[in-house]
Amino acid sequence: MMLKRYLPHPLLSVALIVIWVMLANEISVGTVVFAVILAVIIPLISQSFWPGRPKVGNFWAICEYGLIVLWDILVANVVVAGLVLFRKADSLEPASVTVPLELTSPEAITALAGTITMTPGTVTVDLSRDARSLLVHCLHAPDPQAVVDDIKSRYERRLKEIFE
Amino acid sequence: MEFVIELVISVLIVIGGLFTLIGSFGLVKLPNLLMRLHAPTKATTVGVGSILIASMLFFWMERGTFTIHELLITVFLFLTAPITANLIGKAYLLRHVDPHDDLPHTGEAEGWATFDSRDPEEQPKDPGKLPQDEKSNDLN
Repeated sequence: MMLKRYLPHPLLSVALIVIWVMLANEISVGTVVFAVILAVIIPLISQSFWPGRPKVGNFWAICEYGLIVLWDILVANVVVAGLVLFRKADSLEPASVTVPLELTSPEAITALAGTITMTPGTVTVDLSRDARSLLVHCLHAPDPQAVVDDIKSRYERRLKEIFE
Repeated sequence: MEFVIELVISVLIVIGGLFTLIGSFGLVKLPNLLMRLHAPTKATTVGVGSILIASMLFFWMERGTFTIHELLITVFLFLTAPITANLIGKAYLLRHVDPHDDLPHTGEAEGWATFDSRDPEEQPKDPGKLPQDEKSNDLN
């Protein structure tokens, strides 16, 4: 099929057009034409790095996820700032926890790992070799199991809806 | 109205500065690398975020030009910051952490990807002599 051959990743192409126009910060014929050229060439060149075509679920689920993550980042920032400022370093209880994964697609796992790192207080450090669990380091977790449950119910469940 | 906007912009800049400062302070205060890793993720989210919002507001309200670059900076930060943190964390695990004593089990048959290259029995117990020192020889 022609379209599939020349536009292997339609979503990536759309994203490239949008990002290029945003970078140029103006909508004119010149920028749009150049954006389209880039949107065709870059997916073709990088095709071999993206053999699969990740399925991306509905738009509103993604928006909901984004808003929830933003809110959590805000809240967690304040909490962690409090920990850094007002707690003695040796009274913190850092913990490494294993988060078993139900997600299977690499894109979903990457998104989850990124989310965990961006919400302050938790950092994704490693992935198990069979990609079925994440190693997460918490800055202050008196109850590590609660952190795991939180990650699974808040983020993983929604990512599962988006990607699978 | 002018005053209100200026006030909002200044408050946002001060909040951003504060969080960036707290992030840097955490970097000094926290005792080990994995804990210190938490500080910069803070600075890049709320710290940089509110400074960027302030910048957008300033150019929009005061100069009359709407710029969208700040949004892109946020997107790029969100894409790259977790990967940096992950790589720093993995490097630290590799150099300083004994996977048997210090890390929780994966709960699966296979181990953590950073230490994946050999059997559990072959892992040396001395953290100063991790197998990666041998692995680097293999690369040469």
